[in-house]
Amino acid sequence: MKLALNYREIEGKSTGFWVLLGGLGLLSALAFFAFLYMEHSGHHVTGMNNQIVWGIPHVFAIFLIVAASGALNVASIGTVFGKPLYKPLGRLSGLLAIALLLGGLLVLVLDLGHPDRLIVAMTYYNFKSIFAWNIILYNGFLAITIVYLWFMMERKMNKYYRAAGTFAFVWRLILTTGTGSIFGWLVARQAYDMAMLAPMFIIMSFAYGLAIFILVLMAAYKWTERPLGDAVLFRLKNLLGVFIAAVLYFVMVYHLSNLYATEHHGVERFILMDGGIYTKLFWIVQIFIGSLLPLAMVYHPSIGKSRPAIATASLLVIIGGFAQVYVLLLGGQAYPLDIFPGYEVVNSSFFDGVVNSYSPSIWEITLGIGGVAVALLMVTVAVRVLRFLPETLADDAIDPHAAKAD
Amino acid sequence: MNDTSNKPDSSRRDFLTKSGTVAGAAAIAPGVFLTTPAVAKPADEPITADKRWGILVDTNKCASNCDACVTACKEENGWGKSETHSNPEQQSQWIRKVEIRNKSTGFAATLPMMCQHCENPPCVDVCPTGASFKRKDGIVLVDKHICIGCRYCMMACPFKARSFIHEDLQDQLPWAPRGKGTVESCTLCVQRVDNDGTPACVEACSAENHNALIFGDLNDENSEISRELKKNDSIELRADLELNTGVRYRGI
Amino acid sequence: MSYASVVRRITGLLFAALLLLPLAASAEEEAENLPFSDLTMTEPDRHFSATEECVAPEDEMRRNHMNYILHQRDDTMYEGIRTPRYSLEECINCHAATDDQGEYLPVNAPNQFCSSCHTYASVSIDCFQCHATKPVRASRLNGASSGKAPYPANGPVAGSLRHETLPVLVSEGNAQ
Repeated sequence: MKLALNYREIEGKSTGFWVLLGGLGLLSALAFFAFLYMEHSGHHVTGMNNQIVWGIPHVFAIFLIVAASGALNVASIGTVFGKPLYKPLGRLSGLLAIALLLGGLLVLVLDLGHPDRLIVAMTYYNFKSIFAWNIILYNGFLAITIVYLWFMMERKMNKYYRAAGTFAFVWRLILTTGTGSIFGWLVARQAYDMAMLAPMFIIMSFAYGLAIFILVLMAAYKWTERPLGDAVLFRLKNLLGVFIAAVLYFVMVYHLSNLYATEHHGVERFILMDGGIYTKLFWIVQIFIGSLLPLAMVYHPSIGKSRPAIATASLLVIIGGFAQVYVLLLGGQAYPLDIFPGYEVVNSSFFDGVVNSYSPSIWEITLGIGGVAVALLMVTVAVRVLRFLPETLADDAIDPHAAKAD
Repeated sequence: MNDTSNKPDSSRRDFLTKSGTVAGAAAIAPGVFLTTPAVAKPADEPITADKRWGILVDTNKCASNCDACVTACKEENGWGKSETHSNPEQQSQWIRKVEIRNKSTGFAATLPMMCQHCENPPCVDVCPTGASFKRKDGIVLVDKHICIGCRYCMMACPFKARSFIHEDLQDQLPWAPRGKGTVESCTLCVQRVDNDGTPACVEACSAENHNALIFGDLNDENSEISRELKKNDSIELRADLELNTGVRYRGI
Repeated sequence: MSYASVVRRITGLLFAALLLLPLAASAEEEAENLPFSDLTMTEPDRHFSATEECVAPEDEMRRNHMNYILHQRDDTMYEGIRTPRYSLEECINCHAATDDQGEYLPVNAPNQFCSSCHTYASVSIDCFQCHATKPVRASRLNGASSGKAPYPANGPVAGSLRHETLPVLVSEGNAQ
């Protein structure tokens, strides 16, 4: 039975809508000024230095880029795997993917030492560098997702959207593999240099992207007072549970493998026991708050059916995700390079052999938050201007069978 | 033989002259062929892969309370003075003195650390624009014209050889341009090497009479550095990474 | 054409001529204004006439100097070619001006050589974020010495420390 689904722009006249736009716009503007200050004075105003080379802006950028790839998952499940329940969500999924990617790339580019040389980065390529490949992959992903959305939204192109969706699905698997390989292919550092980081990033993208999607979906439908049925929501939250479990599995394999190799014992001891802030973030935020707690909430027979609980669980996954990227990126840099295996460094003017400290400045944090704000601002404007959201996602409109069988 | 005259014996004289000439030629000839005179590369000629520059650090000769190499590098290349806004962790360091101690045996050593000018440099592999590159003669440099300041090479370097410039600079030296927002590291004093000179650190160590640093052409079997490397054992740092560094260390 | 319109035309032309008078007056002065602007082009300390060129004739330099610089920078970086003719350092050695006390002014300061034309043409350059803005070594071009630069051109090795300087620096460093 063909379901007639009506997509409609949101009204966008309420005070809440303007407050949301204003708030996100303010955060974006603050981030822009923070960028101007950092670019004008140089990076000495940030907390990053020659020891901790990539900091909070990169945590935000990597999180957003990884989540962007995962946000497209929902559309892919509908298009590539043909699940009817996901098909109405395809347009929002594509939009969110584009917005999150642009937000993440914005933060990444604005933190460069020479952001004015972006055109150099787009014209001079060293094809041995996975970073260069990522630049091509990110731009390609934007183009492909825009085409995919176009095919979904324009009636006479509808017959091609399966091809575009499959292409987008494969492309973003390659993209996330590339993002994970940025770290996985660094032989120098003990915390990286592991091929497993590529598939781990793919699984992380599934979890973070879906968590953000659920939150955006719930917020959009609640604030526009459109119905969102349990059938869709519970499917999504169960899927989120699967992804959280998968991430936990990869984290466990990563650490077990490192613990087995004696040469990596140093960095493992640092992250799991001695690392101060990194150890706390790992156990308390990434593992407990970010993985175990939401997993329990999602699969609990009664809690898992309450909407506030689902929203909270998604939020916890996002917080845990930030902590995971922070521990990986900054913990990996804080732990000193082992240049002289078997020796300890007694004295050095360049901070060799000591755990490096990092205290982020307000400028970097503002820039990072600005990336999130820009992404959400894009989504808010887009759903007001174009037909991304179905009028209703109530059970009986989506899937008559699900409404009957409860 | 009926020779009672006092005429000098021409055959013996001839023999002595000839054999003397041959002996003299035999003594000098190897010198002529084995040592190639050092000829400065003309300024308009490109460098070739015939040479590969390297440094041998003898840690036994390196003195722990001396940092002449660091001071000389600062003077030659102009770092270490004008970065007034950056904190110590943000300031550039092209070469540094490191003191290490073996955890099991207690053996202590001191040595200078700089860019190792690897043959397979990880920093060159990861640079997205190709700004980090290796010249044909083995010197690894940053082309700051196309460096976008992403700092990925700093993440990739196993030796933490690279520094990022965190503030505006003034009064740079014309032979060592450096500026905000780009990454830099030891250039093996390429401005000197191209004019047939030696790096400032090596020159300073000799001036201090420690002679712990030897600079030379690794491709030339008869250069001092090649002969020293063949004679006594030396290691690369992080040899497990198989980077084939141009800087080698003896005594650790 | 009517009498009134002719009068209007002639008045207009006279008015325009009056406006252009300052241009005629300033043409006599040393620093000429760039057209329609009050930016002046600072003359370099070392002057070459229109027929005697240093690097290339003036109008060719104006049109192509960026290409020479861009080409030379790759030659120097990748091939180690350090010829003086298109070297940026040599450009600055000639074109940097001095102030009344004889001190060099940075060549990218407002109204100095590079800035005056570049501000006028509204083309921003970032060369001097990295490159030195004042002469430090004497010029190797044309065998002439600028005479005011601290280091001589034909030193033992370009930019080398002299042996008597080094022990002083080392002992200063150790004393700190």
